[in-house]
Amino acid sequence: MGWAGFLLRRFAGTAAVVLLLSVGVFLLLYLAPGSIQQTLLGTRPATAETIAAIQARHHLNDPVALQYLRWFGDVLRGDLGTSIRTGMPVSDMLGQRLPLTLALVGYGTLLAALAGIPLGVLGALRRGRVTDRLVVTAGVVGLSAPPFAVGLLLLVVFALWLGWFPVYGTGQGAGDQLWHLTLPAAALALGAVGLLIRFGRAALVREMEQDYVVFARARGLSGPLVLGYAMRNSLVPILTAAGLVVTGMLAGTVLVEVTFALPGLGSLLVDSVTFKDVPVVQALALLLTVLISGVNLLVDIGYSIIDPRVRLGRSVS
Amino acid sequence: MSRRVPVGVSVSLAVLAAVAVAAAFAPWLVPGATAQDLMTGISGPGPGHPLGTDDLGRDVLQLLVAGARTAVPGALAVAAGSMLIGNLIGLAAGYFGGWVDTLAMRWADLMFSLPALLVAIVVAGVLGGGYGPAIGVLVVLFAPTDTRVVRGAVLEQRHRPYIEAALLKNLSSWRIMTRHIWPNIASVALASAFLNFAYALVSLSSLSFLGLGVPAGSPDWGRTLADNRTQLLANPWAVVAPGLAIIATAAALNIVGDWLHERVDRRGRTR
Repeated sequence: MGWAGFLLRRFAGTAAVVLLLSVGVFLLLYLAPGSIQQTLLGTRPATAETIAAIQARHHLNDPVALQYLRWFGDVLRGDLGTSIRTGMPVSDMLGQRLPLTLALVGYGTLLAALAGIPLGVLGALRRGRVTDRLVVTAGVVGLSAPPFAVGLLLLVVFALWLGWFPVYGTGQGAGDQLWHLTLPAAALALGAVGLLIRFGRAALVREMEQDYVVFARARGLSGPLVLGYAMRNSLVPILTAAGLVVTGMLAGTVLVEVTFALPGLGSLLVDSVTFKDVPVVQALALLLTVLISGVNLLVDIGYSIIDPRVRLGRSVS
Repeated sequence: MSRRVPVGVSVSLAVLAAVAVAAAFAPWLVPGATAQDLMTGISGPGPGHPLGTDDLGRDVLQLLVAGARTAVPGALAVAAGSMLIGNLIGLAAGYFGGWVDTLAMRWADLMFSLPALLVAIVVAGVLGGGYGPAIGVLVVLFAPTDTRVVRGAVLEQRHRPYIEAALLKNLSSWRIMTRHIWPNIASVALASAFLNFAYALVSLSSLSFLGLGVPAGSPDWGRTLADNRTQLLANPWAVVAPGLAIIATAAALNIVGDWLHERVDRRGRTR
């Protein structure tokens, strides 16, 4: 199978998943307790005019399938509806809060890579010794500890007791903002560090046992050079981990933003869910669906770049 | 295979034993854990309150013990529910193969690509029923883990002579799957359910932290954290103690779960 066919199949698969999940996202409106008019009215008074306006806006008298198609069409045109809580267009609300979440996730990913990859390599090279066992244990703790508990502990230790970081707020100016985001990013990164240690270490341990590594060593190749070969071959499991890191961060950012009272997309999701602001919840759920499907697609394409056998329809070793 | 239990695993087992005791006997150990004393309010550690009190004047140490009792039943329900569904689908997928298998695996792939916690936040939040819907959502999203593990184990058993013998005796597929295959793969299924229990405990405490799980005022670790995080200066222990309890329990569950998984995996290979 060639590149074009491969890409086409993967794109079609992703599109199918996104469409399927978009139906679920649309039906969230029907999941909320009480009538749909009530949900969409929120705290506004239920007069004949407001109800008529909502029925017209959401085409509530049409069959459900048609309602879905209209809603999906609006979404494709960039119209995500109006928030029940604030009365603002949903797309504006997302736009306001997106930069902070992107910065937080980006910073967290950077910290995770800087800590997780070296620790995984260290564990693999010192396999079975005390260092390795410490690294593995730290990885399991990082992987299992929920970000909100970690975040609050970091807050108490580094902000309250040591006073190195601010307790709340987002800061002014780039440097100050970065300083304010450090603890939240660290809390977010911990789970990803655990994932990178687990996948990276296991992959590298497997590669270091291969014949080509023994042979390269016997030929007198330098340690770093051999490590380079082994690391390139352990990229496939690390890519799997990278996909899990991104989805984990999207879930983690919700908890971290609430913990540190940061105005990002995650805290918006919790506020909207608590208020039953269904249009905002739908928009966020759809955004997350697209992001996660996109990441999974990129990981799939990444596999076939690293290991051409994947593209030829053979399974990843 | 060495018979020695690693240090980390023994420490974890001790932590889990303490949590289990607290969960089982909390009403007798700390009968007045939820008794409020608004006159005292929040205060730091002092005589009578080794970890201080929270904003409702409740003793933090007693809340910690009572919190174990709130944490365990919900997580058990998720682990048991997803084990039932996951095992049935996994058995069918591995035993029948063909389109049943394809369908089950595509379903598992789809569920795997969804972050369970986010789906639980959205669905449980919009439904607004609190703990019940959250448990339902987690059961559905955790089941595929069991499905994959069980299917793999069934594939290994599928062509063994005892199944041929059972088929020759004209036993029904249901009977072969549940009475003959499942007992052989029970250890793998239980190890997988144990790890699901760990994830469920963390997910449910996260939901409670966000205010989407247990009702306000319940002695839940996540909820206690959320209720006291604005009072960090008055008594940081009201936040540190439940935070450490969640992290220690979650880490201990995962360490023991990984160890169990490795053990049953190895046994399967040597047999």
